[in-house]
Amino acid sequence: MAEPEFVGPLSGSRSGPGTGTAESIAEMTGVVKHYRTRGRGEVHALDGVTLTVGRGEVLGLVGESGCGKSTAARLLTGLERADAGTVRVDGQDLAALDRAGHRRLRRTVQLVFQDPYASLDPRQRIGDALAEVLTVHRLVAARTAARARVGELLEMVGLLPATAERYPHQLSGGQRQRVGIARALSLQPRLLVLDEPVSALDVSVRAEIVNLLDRLRRELGLAYVFISHDLGMVRHLADRIAVMYLGQIVETGSWEQVSDRPVHPYTQALHRAVPVADPAVEYRRAGDAVRGEIPDAARPPAGCRFHPRCPLAEDVCRTEVPVLAPPSGHRFACHVRQRELGVVTPTSAERPADARGRLSGQPATASRSTGARP
Amino acid sequence: MTAAPVEPSTDGEVALSVRDLHTAVGGRRGSLRLVRGVGFDLHRGRTLALVGESGSGKSVTALSIAGLLPAGVRVTGGQVLLDGQDVVRWTEGRRRALRGGTVGMVYQDPMTALNPVMRVGSQVAEGLRAHGWDRAAGRRRTLEVLDEVGLPTPGALARLYPHQLSGGMRQRVLIACALAPRPRVLIADEPTTALDVTIAQQILDLVTDLRDEYGLAVLWITHDLGVVARIAESTAVMYAGRIVERGRTADLFARPSHPYTQGLLRSVPAADQPHQGLLPQIGGTPVSPATLPGGCPFRTRCPQQVERCADQEPPLLRRGPAEAACWVPPEDWRPVGAAEVRHG
Repeated sequence: MAEPEFVGPLSGSRSGPGTGTAESIAEMTGVVKHYRTRGRGEVHALDGVTLTVGRGEVLGLVGESGCGKSTAARLLTGLERADAGTVRVDGQDLAALDRAGHRRLRRTVQLVFQDPYASLDPRQRIGDALAEVLTVHRLVAARTAARARVGELLEMVGLLPATAERYPHQLSGGQRQRVGIARALSLQPRLLVLDEPVSALDVSVRAEIVNLLDRLRRELGLAYVFISHDLGMVRHLADRIAVMYLGQIVETGSWEQVSDRPVHPYTQALHRAVPVADPAVEYRRAGDAVRGEIPDAARPPAGCRFHPRCPLAEDVCRTEVPVLAPPSGHRFACHVRQRELGVVTPTSAERPADARGRLSGQPATASRSTGARP
Repeated sequence: MTAAPVEPSTDGEVALSVRDLHTAVGGRRGSLRLVRGVGFDLHRGRTLALVGESGSGKSVTALSIAGLLPAGVRVTGGQVLLDGQDVVRWTEGRRRALRGGTVGMVYQDPMTALNPVMRVGSQVAEGLRAHGWDRAAGRRRTLEVLDEVGLPTPGALARLYPHQLSGGMRQRVLIACALAPRPRVLIADEPTTALDVTIAQQILDLVTDLRDEYGLAVLWITHDLGVVARIAESTAVMYAGRIVERGRTADLFARPSHPYTQGLLRSVPAADQPHQGLLPQIGGTPVSPATLPGGCPFRTRCPQQVERCADQEPPLLRRGPAEAACWVPPEDWRPVGAAEVRHG
């Protein structure tokens, strides 16, 4: 096989949007992922999650500890396998991938971490770290080509080419995150999964990284899964937003619907909980914090998982699992809101496997026998 | 440097005053000035937010007040006045009594601040005994304060170990430790940063409730402008070891009087800002105590700078509703640019 040739700053045909056959760049369908732990039992990290990321689209994934957003990131990037359900990236079922397939997957989807410092070798120069990725994936034929490409990557993320000579500890937090993004871009992916990419940064630096991500997305036709607990940042960057709570999506829709007209009581609570830099707004909010703790994901509450903390909770919420409805557009999983707004919910036959298992009185794990385990 | 003027006392009794505080970390090859002339008053029943980014000196200011500076870092000038007495000059023994007794402190990470092998109740009681409470009174006060911070069934909870609690509950225990000896001043150093947002909101509300009930003076250290807007009547913004702007929170947010404050506030995406597109950004790199430029330390990142900024560091001057350390009048400001800058 001939060495793949490098053809200019990410202008290769494979990196353009819409080159694949599928409509979406990534899809999760009814995905279940549980972790067995010592002492705590089985942690329900994801329980029947379905989501899609369109080509060139930014999906904001919002939630708190234990909601499953980081597990979703690991599954989408092929770092872990789903217990049940399917994860597809660029039309490929990740469960069916062999070693070579996983290698190709890295060139389609890349993960960017919250703290790039933790993922950079402190003894390796920035340039060497970036060149290593290129040579391992045989994207460059020779060392000189690698050097030129590293310079381009650094420039692309707003760093001077001379940064290649530096070590990670010589860079500021914002510069390190730029290196993290450059490394992810080195394989010319079409989807970046960004796990809290600005949370560890100083306030004045966050805007720079967000602006960089916005520019790269437009220039390269990238799709993002932007994971954050900061609704303001997600509102700014995302085309669509999905809100997660204890392993399930509770509300999803366009950025406007979810951010500016949230319907689910958890999304509304999250909205009030994130302080905004406006005293006039904040003084009105004092004292209306959502009650209670986030439950242990190893023992999620029956029925609607939010019901112990929900101001709207009724009897039905304590026993029956709500499903996302209506079938498209602005969707939410809340018995009370669906009734109030006259949303027709699917019949039990159409419900996702996990919800159906719960309703018929079987443990949710029963549905995992259909899983795509090898 | 100019001593900071006293704020108008409409807020009631002053619980603690900081005057022209200087703190430095010393080495044989010269010292780095971490805090360079900070001054403010804390009033009973009020919260002052000390806002800044990493390296601004906000946490060092808090540790200087509480007498908890790490080895090698020392207060080199100024006063911390409690009841008219300058506690900076006190001996270590007297300061230890002060720490906790009059000034309580809460930190960001409750897991490292709590002893993992000691029951929760014992940790609260131990602090009380250090302040001269006898065993029986200490035990009563422990259960009382665990209840005050909103922990359920204090009797049973006191027998648990920190790892058996959630992050939010651990932070409540830390607050209980700080408030057990009934201090008049509470210093909170980013106590909600490590918490989930719905839990953080509960802690913010809790501290404000306790403040109102017991007339505490609260100094809240944070980088989060949203938190400031929620809990603090007054705000002081720190940059490069100095307060560059301070005033009432509502005024300061509505009409920021320093280019740095203005840039910070504009860089946070807000509900009334357009979707996507460029966020206004400050640009440049935050300065560190080792790389302070001469003159105004913000000038290297400032879109407004004039000649005078390089020659002389501006003192805090009254400007509109607030005080700000800036030579350029606000009416002459250019807006913060949205252009991307390069970081190499």
